[in-house]
Amino acid sequence: MSATPQAESGTRTYLCVLAVLLALTAVTVLAAGVNFGAPSVNVVIALAIASLKGSLVALYFMHLRHERPMNAVIFLTGLAMLAIFLMFCFLDTASREPVAPSAAPAPQAAGGARPTSARILRAS
Amino acid sequence: MSLSGTTAEPRAEQPFLQHHFALPEQQAEASKIGMWLFLVTEILLFGGLFAGYGVMRMLHAEAFHQAHAHLDRALGALNTVVLLVSSFTMAMAVHSARRGERRRVVLFLLLTLTLAGVFLGVKYVEYSHKFRDGLLPGRFYAHRGDATPGQFMFFSFYFLMTGLHGLHVAAGMVVIGWLLRRALRGEFSARYYTPVDLAGLYWHLVDMIWIYLFPMLYLIS
Repeated sequence: MSATPQAESGTRTYLCVLAVLLALTAVTVLAAGVNFGAPSVNVVIALAIASLKGSLVALYFMHLRHERPMNAVIFLTGLAMLAIFLMFCFLDTASREPVAPSAAPAPQAAGGARPTSARILRAS
Repeated sequence: MSLSGTTAEPRAEQPFLQHHFALPEQQAEASKIGMWLFLVTEILLFGGLFAGYGVMRMLHAEAFHQAHAHLDRALGALNTVVLLVSSFTMAMAVHSARRGERRRVVLFLLLTLTLAGVFLGVKYVEYSHKFRDGLLPGRFYAHRGDATPGQFMFFSFYFLMTGLHGLHVAAGMVVIGWLLRRALRGEFSARYYTPVDLAGLYWHLVDMIWIYLFPMLYLIS
């Protein structure tokens, strides 16, 4: 009986993983210089490559692949919480109207208009 | 895993086994779970900075793009390679410890420590360049002639994120130094190498965070 059945990874595996990680680093640097049409596409590509690299590190260097799944559950739960946190932060930012500069004149109409974030800021 | 408590060896021959664990395997598993929980808190610590960075970059996309051009992409890529290789040497240190190859444990720990030092050395070169040019966070920003205002914001995040990450590298070096001392004293064996294993997990997480920081800070297109 072994509590950590992780003898599957050897020097060869680690060397292969390192080679892939270095290659992906080169790919991400090259991809940053390419115009894919919109800046957001570049961001998605860069984050996708980073996530691929992170997964390789977690699966092989951190042994998640050959371990009992308890540690992976902890790790993925943490990542899920982070994803929720980031998602609402970015949804909120993307759906707001721009905050008016502090020197801007006060809004003309008091009622009726949609409350802008600038007015909410002033009201609070 | 059987927890019947029927250890094959008497406890006197397993000095590393704490009295509240029945088996060495159980102790190692419990330690690992604790380490992973700690790593999750680390992810959430950096997560706050990631959220702030994302929001500010959405609001000031042009300023972030202009400001990131002040970073040296080649040095950033070099440090990425250095940290990836150090992750490999750390994995090899754990691998050697698991197989009870004590000399190789010392060798790979030394290599990891050296690469960590190289990483911080490159960071020092980068930081001194930023300091010289006045590319500093917040109200300390003193760079003149910017086309887009608000570039201090980028450098606030640059210094906070790489600074916090650098502190983690420095802490990792202290831990690896302590492991080296214990390895040289012959305290680790194929039966007991949990400290090497856990420090490895921490080191890989530090590497993983840099994997995200590199494109976020150096590769804005």
